[in-house]
Amino acid sequence: MNREDFPMLKKEIVYFDNGATTLKPDAVKNAIIDYYENYSANAHRGDYKISMIVDEKYEKTRSKIKEFINAKEDSEIVFTSGTTDSINLIVNSYFRQHLKKDDEVLITYSEHASNILPWFVLQQEIGIKVNYIKLDESYEVTLDNVKKAITNNTKVISLAHITNVVGDVRPIKQIAKLAHENNILLVVDAAQSIAHTKVDVTDMDIDFLAFSAHKIYGPTGIGVMYAKFSLLDKMKPRNYGGGMNAIFTKDGYIELREVPTRFEAGTPNIEGVIGLSAAIDYVNNIGIDKINKYEQDLKKYLLEELSKLDFIEVYNKNAKGSSVAFNIKNIFAQDTAVYLDKYNICIRAGNHCAKILNEAIRVNNTCRIVISFYNTKEEIDLLINVLKNSKNIWNEIL
Amino acid sequence: MDANIKRSIILDNYEDKTNRMDIEDTSYIKHNSRNVSCIDNINLYIKINNNTIEDLKFNGEACVISTSTTAIMCKLLKGKTIKEAIDIIKNYDSMIEEKEYNQELLKEANVFDDIYKQPSRKKCATLTWHGLLEELNKYE
Ligand SMILES: Cc1ncc(COP(=O)(O)O)c(C=O)c1O
Repeated sequence: MNREDFPMLKKEIVYFDNGATTLKPDAVKNAIIDYYENYSANAHRGDYKISMIVDEKYEKTRSKIKEFINAKEDSEIVFTSGTTDSINLIVNSYFRQHLKKDDEVLITYSEHASNILPWFVLQQEIGIKVNYIKLDESYEVTLDNVKKAITNNTKVISLAHITNVVGDVRPIKQIAKLAHENNILLVVDAAQSIAHTKVDVTDMDIDFLAFSAHKIYGPTGIGVMYAKFSLLDKMKPRNYGGGMNAIFTKDGYIELREVPTRFEAGTPNIEGVIGLSAAIDYVNNIGIDKINKYEQDLKKYLLEELSKLDFIEVYNKNAKGSSVAFNIKNIFAQDTAVYLDKYNICIRAGNHCAKILNEAIRVNNTCRIVISFYNTKEEIDLLINVLKNSKNIWNEIL
Repeated sequence: MDANIKRSIILDNYEDKTNRMDIEDTSYIKHNSRNVSCIDNINLYIKINNNTIEDLKFNGEACVISTSTTAIMCKLLKGKTIKEAIDIIKNYDSMIEEKEYNQELLKEANVFDDIYKQPSRKKCATLTWHGLLEELNKYE
């Protein structure tokens, strides 16, 4: 769908690395250019018309995000530089203050590094414990296994909505219910889900959420942290400076501005916010449910075609996300990626920053495809054809 | 060298299991070499006696280039003195970087003389050579 909107797709490439980042539609680029050409001023500063336009667009984007994820208040939306930044903010500006020694956080082996390492640092520095929810035989999280992992000391569960290696979709709503019955807070990493399926923080009852604009057709360097107002209000700013203070005096007194402005010190990433705004409009215009259906159908087609090739191993047949992890049997993933690149087919080879999962599943490296709505059956047919000829791989890459 | 011949030497060494194994023996130095892009991951097992590389083995998971060049390196450097080995590694490096080098010293490793055409694979071609050099330098 909508391929004509993506300049990159006119370059004869087949882009399947949508898990790493998505391509950008013209609308996003145009919105950013429009900012620099027509109302290029700072935010929250000006007493003149073009600066007011910046303020208006900036705050409207917050409102748009609020609606997109169905938060209750605009003020629950904080702009960050991306998922990694959002999770670090959640961990360091809320949990560092609210957890104590021996409190436990539950994660899994298949989390992205950005949802593991910040917790490890709290473990080292304040003595919390990082525990793992056991994954089932398809490397998925079951409610039962969450239940088993909960102890009296469990204070947080922090999970990806959809994981980046396996592409399994976690039952977030049920996990939230279980968590809240046990006075546990739920952090959700929506990096891999935000562009592919509806994320509704109210319906799912999510306490903290993180995502990146660049994985939902927006620019790099901008992302979102959502927190329920009552939690956000208790968070400690990590940066102090302009824009976030209401008053300060020479004897060191500081009064902070309201939530969420107090978390956005300094000149923000204005072009990023404007680009994100255009990306959300773009996705809304197609409709996330329509995107989901299209991607699921296409993924099904890809899996069917791959299953006809006996030299291909697929690792996540049961996963409900839009990703497929595979290898050509006995060929190292990176060699496959180099081979496919000869045909301008872009896929990702690697361990996808989920190093502890690899220890568990004993497959270190896979080729990963994440389907976007701009991918087509024809592209999959091309991929399958190239894979069919992969007995020539060494002639092509050596 | 003809491209077909190069390719078959690379593949023969890729398949060759002679020096490809994990070693428990603690008289070997174990050196882990990883690509920063975190995908190639090879353990080298180095046994040094009397300033000589008495044995060199490896195991791990890596692409065709890293695996094959490591197999070649093991054959080439086994039995060499530390000094000779360092000299060969330096010549190999020069070849990869398109500088002057002594072709005779490198034997089969000459098959990688045009890897510079694929800059993204230079790392693969030098990963374990640099790992070994790091260990040998400790003896100098
Ligand atoms: C599940 C998951 N979480 C977090 C991230 C980190 O996102 P970013 O690099 O945009 O901060 C990624 C990116 O690949 C991801 O897939």
